[in-house]
Amino acid sequence: MSYIESVGKYVGMIRQVFSKPERLKVYYTRTLTEIETIGINSAGIVAILSVFMGAVISLQTASNMDSPLLPKYTIGYITRSSTILEFSPTIISLILAGKVGSNIASEIGTMRVTEQIDALEIMGVNSLSFLVLPKVIAAVFFFPFLIICSMGLSIIGGYYAVTLSELASHEEFVYGIRAFFKVSDITYALVKTCVFAFVIVTVSSYFGYFTKGGALDVGKSSTQAVVWSSIVILLTNFVLTQLILM
Amino acid sequence: MIEVKNVNKSFGENHVLHDFSAKFEEGQVNLIIGQSGQGKSVLTKCIVGLMEVDSGSVLYNGRDFSKMNRKERKDIRKEIGMLFQGSALFDSMSVEENIMFPLKMFTNMSKKEMQERADFCLERVNLSGRNKLLPAELSGGMMKRVAIARAISMKPKYLFCDEPNSGLDPSTSILIDNLIQEITYEYGMTTVVITHDMNSVIEIGDHIIFIHTGRNWWQGTKEEIIKTDNPEIIDFVYASKFMKNLKGKLA
Repeated sequence: MSYIESVGKYVGMIRQVFSKPERLKVYYTRTLTEIETIGINSAGIVAILSVFMGAVISLQTASNMDSPLLPKYTIGYITRSSTILEFSPTIISLILAGKVGSNIASEIGTMRVTEQIDALEIMGVNSLSFLVLPKVIAAVFFFPFLIICSMGLSIIGGYYAVTLSELASHEEFVYGIRAFFKVSDITYALVKTCVFAFVIVTVSSYFGYFTKGGALDVGKSSTQAVVWSSIVILLTNFVLTQLILM
Repeated sequence: MIEVKNVNKSFGENHVLHDFSAKFEEGQVNLIIGQSGQGKSVLTKCIVGLMEVDSGSVLYNGRDFSKMNRKERKDIRKEIGMLFQGSALFDSMSVEENIMFPLKMFTNMSKKEMQERADFCLERVNLSGRNKLLPAELSGGMMKRVAIARAISMKPKYLFCDEPNSGLDPSTSILIDNLIQEITYEYGMTTVVITHDMNSVIEIGDHIIFIHTGRNWWQGTKEEIIKTDNPEIIDFVYASKFMKNLKGKLA
């Protein structure tokens, strides 16, 4: 199938996802369940990654600061800026594309090959809206919280890595963290996160929903979901950076 | 009653259904039989609207399904119950939740009323007290019975069963067959069963349609199918050596 055809199919799917829900109460309950499944259950991996990511960024920055003209607080400044602007929203979203995206594609793909989606359709349920909309809402609502936590934990990781290895003092690092701070950076990061959340859920759902065949094909869909979610995240990251920062 | 009129369905060059016409009567168990790859499942998917027909029409009590808009189709689907080959129970829901699901989505029943309905449906399929089990904890026969309970929870007018006996032992198969027949008569439903199983044909077939090369090749009652001299049906019904010997002895 050509890429243009796939894009058309994806757009058609999005239209159906956002059609009027049959029973709001059921969708509300499902959204809460999805917040737990794809949001809260990802908190652990996000926390571990963020701490070590921040620690490595600050150590790398410190080790590359050869010039004595550069003040030590630059370590804190670069750690904060790179974490808020890129590492937390983009890298964590790529990690979530792997964890959450594969989960969504395999869940919906399995429902497709075991005729559970047909069962929903026969009952008169809009299967796309029922399965995908609560996941979209849960991800767009909850991923920003995860990313804010990730930003905080990365900076804490960076702080301990630098201060414990005596590459900068507490005061220097904290000064760097607070230096030239712009609230718009946080807004930019959160806008990106919401877009990435939407991409992860819809692209993965697309591959899961249109799975054909059996168990092997569910595995293939899951892999494709992760690959394409990651590619689309990187592309939209580029476009959003151009649009918002330039 | 469901009426299928001159339905054609192709997948590229592969013509699966050719001018297929048939009537499925109310209050009867209508069986569609035939060898694999003759178009039984495609026909059922066309009737329930999971596939669009290329031409022809499917009438539900005179209402043309192919000409209905989205909302009208949705309304018709609330009158349809379907038992899938693999049961298609929702993995993440318990037995009770599976049965209550269509009620939650499309009725204004209170939780208590829904639970009572679920209990009634489970009792009807002899699975009382299994409300809290998950599909993974059920045997194949039990899964089919839960799927029947879910299918009848909305009191459907039409029931479709896609190979209800596949993967079941002979005694469980008969149990499922009898259950389908009982609920058909009890609720006056139009039931359509796709099967390969000749036991089902003899056991519950009120009206039998033999589909061959995508056409309505033969139709009649279970008494007639045993006596027919149609060579394709003989090949299908008496496929095994045992059945051929039996036919010889009966003759």
